[in-house]
Amino acid sequence: MDKTSSSEIYQTDALIAEDIDAYLAAHQNKSMLRFITCGSVDDGKSTLIGRLLYDSKMIFEDQLAALESDSKKSGTQGEEIDFALLVDGLAAEREQGITIDVAYRFFATEQRKFIVADCPGHEQYTRNMVTGASTADLAVILIDARKGVLVQTRRHSFLCRQLGIRNIVLAVNKMDLIDYDQSKYDAIVADYTAFAASIGIENFTAMPISGFRGDNITTLSANTPWYVGAPLMTHLETVELDTSRDAAKPFRMPVQWVNRPNLDFRGFSGLIATGMVKPGDPVRVLPSGKTSTVKSIVTFGGELEEASAGQSVTICLEDEVDCSRGNVLSVADAPPEVADQFEATIVWMDDEAMLPGRAYLLKLATQTVSATIQAPKYEINVNTMEHLAAKTLELNVIGVAEITTDKPLVFEAYAENRALGGFILIDKINNRTVGAGMLHFSLRRSQNVHWQATSIGREDHAGLKNQKPLVLWFTGLSGSGKSTIANEVEKNLNLMNRHTFLLDGDNIRHGLNKDLGFTDTDRIENIRRVGEVTRLMADAGLIVLTAFISPFRAERQMVRDMLPEGEFVEIFVDTPLEVAEARDVKGLYKKAREGKLKNFTGIDSPYEAPEAPDITVNTVAMTPAEAAEYIVRQIMPLK
Amino acid sequence: MTRTLTHLERLEAESIHIMREVVSETAKPVMLYSVGKDSAVMLHLAKKAFYPSPPPFPLMHVDTTWKFKDMYALREKAAADAGMNLLVYRNPDAESRGINPFDHGPLHTDMWKTQGLKQALDKYGFDAAFGGARRDEEKSRAKERIFSFRTASHGWDPKSQRPELWNAYNTRKAKGESIRVFPLSNWTELDIWQYVMAEQIEIVPLYFSAKRPTYEWEGGLFMADDPARLEQVLGYLPEITERSIRFRTLGCSPLTGAVESEAATLSEVVQEMLLTTTSERQGRVIDKDDGDASMEKKKQEGYF
Repeated sequence: MDKTSSSEIYQTDALIAEDIDAYLAAHQNKSMLRFITCGSVDDGKSTLIGRLLYDSKMIFEDQLAALESDSKKSGTQGEEIDFALLVDGLAAEREQGITIDVAYRFFATEQRKFIVADCPGHEQYTRNMVTGASTADLAVILIDARKGVLVQTRRHSFLCRQLGIRNIVLAVNKMDLIDYDQSKYDAIVADYTAFAASIGIENFTAMPISGFRGDNITTLSANTPWYVGAPLMTHLETVELDTSRDAAKPFRMPVQWVNRPNLDFRGFSGLIATGMVKPGDPVRVLPSGKTSTVKSIVTFGGELEEASAGQSVTICLEDEVDCSRGNVLSVADAPPEVADQFEATIVWMDDEAMLPGRAYLLKLATQTVSATIQAPKYEINVNTMEHLAAKTLELNVIGVAEITTDKPLVFEAYAENRALGGFILIDKINNRTVGAGMLHFSLRRSQNVHWQATSIGREDHAGLKNQKPLVLWFTGLSGSGKSTIANEVEKNLNLMNRHTFLLDGDNIRHGLNKDLGFTDTDRIENIRRVGEVTRLMADAGLIVLTAFISPFRAERQMVRDMLPEGEFVEIFVDTPLEVAEARDVKGLYKKAREGKLKNFTGIDSPYEAPEAPDITVNTVAMTPAEAAEYIVRQIMPLK
Repeated sequence: MTRTLTHLERLEAESIHIMREVVSETAKPVMLYSVGKDSAVMLHLAKKAFYPSPPPFPLMHVDTTWKFKDMYALREKAAADAGMNLLVYRNPDAESRGINPFDHGPLHTDMWKTQGLKQALDKYGFDAAFGGARRDEEKSRAKERIFSFRTASHGWDPKSQRPELWNAYNTRKAKGESIRVFPLSNWTELDIWQYVMAEQIEIVPLYFSAKRPTYEWEGGLFMADDPARLEQVLGYLPEITERSIRFRTLGCSPLTGAVESEAATLSEVVQEMLLTTTSERQGRVIDKDDGDASMEKKKQEGYF
């Protein structure tokens, strides 16, 4: 550490010792900056963070003592202190010597509190970098001065740009190892400038540093007299914050919770995403579009005269308007858009690849809806920025695709508003966060296609037939007996004067779905279309019977969700694989076993049996006629 | 005119947002309350998050019977002030076996706290529990999510944590699974003290220096909070001396080392903290049980 910085620390210590109240007063009004550091193990990222913590006095004596002993044991810096050991957290990581997950670090100076997301640099951990970048105001992109701009530098820069980080610092590290050579530094910066422009990064701040030696970290280094910028710490202390910019945008607040302690008070609680608000402001509730006026901004500490982006508040309105969780309060004359079809950039984060057509949960701010993703328009090679054709998105792959939601979403383009444009995707069955995305824009067809209201409703159709619409959804392996049993059930219902229709898997594939094959994606689309047809028929008042293998739980659930509660009856035709294969009515199992038929359910494509079917029939124990009679008795109990 | 929010305002807004998400999206949340300064801040933030409603969940203290008397006193008062229901849970097994920190070492923490917490959550069927842990406390905490998922048996798997982007938290879970939620994740010890000062939050007097009866045990300095019980468990009464002491962190009285100090006001305490040369958890015996990976191991077993 050089002399200047240690004397600065001494002065801080002196103020703490001599006038603690003055020190605290100075620290009470700090602002906060969140940033990420991107770089590979070898770029000295952990060393830089360790240095920042050390130089801002965030390391205690016991930690330092432990660090010194660790440095000798497993450090990579010989007898010197290995700062990297300070920040590599989990036991497994310490042993392997690599960072494998996002870790958050904290330090503070008199101007600012800093939260650093320490992100791993390996390609397979794109997911972690995206996570860290999502909350960052600034990114420090590290380059090893000996190596210059590498593939990973491009990758990190591209991801930062995708996640909307406006402030980029290019930290050319390990300057000590190239003897602080200005010409080499200039060449790296020129190289990066050309690349940055190509991916739309207009501004960045470059600086020559050494995390290990402390050059240009807290003070300007005597080793780089040619460098005219500020040291890293000063830059971090003075760069413009995103929250300040957000406050200048139109007012938006996603409603998290309706605060209703008694009949006289009804407030809408939320975190203000952008803009400012004050009592008397005209506001609009989205998606309904109803307007009102802000009556008061209520907080524990008293009513506020105004509130701005970044504050959690409770807003009371003058009028009794409908407003609940998932709605967005907005300035009245410039509301955000409402749509149900979008183009978005999607980052896939799960081991199981994205399935186009499958319904996932999409959470955007406080709205959670069901969403299906179309086959990607393209995926992006994060190293070369090339657009590549793609049928799906695998773990850590970024692509662009269209998304359709089952309910309209209040949104803004991610580039304009992170809070109303960034979303996560959740698997409906295992609840994992499988992806994240950034909305670009709504698609025209969603703006121009409106639902046409008709006068005769589903109750009218059903009433005329004197029956309650039902969907009897038969699922089971090929050859389990679905079509046979469904046929028997329909015959029984017909005798009972019920209006029915049987949709059979093979028959539908001769017409409506003849363009579809048997890949997972096509199977999902097959069921989606059948689901839509089934819904129309149920709306027409019919009892619909369907006989499809429908191997995935998620799609059966999707159809269930399309219909009113209680109308979807899942019937599991439970036939063990050996039995179905032994029957092999159509000779398909034989072909599949011989490898002549690909993606055959039960052989080389999975069947997910229902976990809680409404009705189960065991075809080993029952004949088709017995099974049909059993089903009819379940759905039409004798009165 | 835009005004830049201070770091405390932003931290406060984030914590409040987290609490409101939990209340909106989980079935039965609870706030774990340990009576320490972090718990005091968390409780204060809960009051702010739902005002004018009282926080719509109970407070729960997983007790070991070995906390300081001052802590028990503040516990009752804080819950009453917040208008919240206070649940106190003691592991009946630990109680009947008389588990204590002197005779049973690490088993004390395991039975009273780790097992006690699991039992309490199962007993009431809570599916989300707020905890006051901060990421700056300890290395493995730095990587834990704000919403941390636990299996039905309360285990934590650091390798399968859900990615957490923006402030869009995935709160979905299977039946039997639960979430531990840490609204103070991004606060540091200094932030906590500054906030206690700015908001005038009541904390246990033990954080401030006073003349207190002390004894030395296995190289550490401890407060003789209940000499009679001490004598009963140890079989003898250690030598008790009056010293001017305070605590940087509060836990079970025989496990929480005191520091000799003259800091009697909030600003003196902060001053001492800033000038001190050892980290906060150093006074705690619990972290040193199994060497370096101690806390990570405890969390995998279900410790908060």
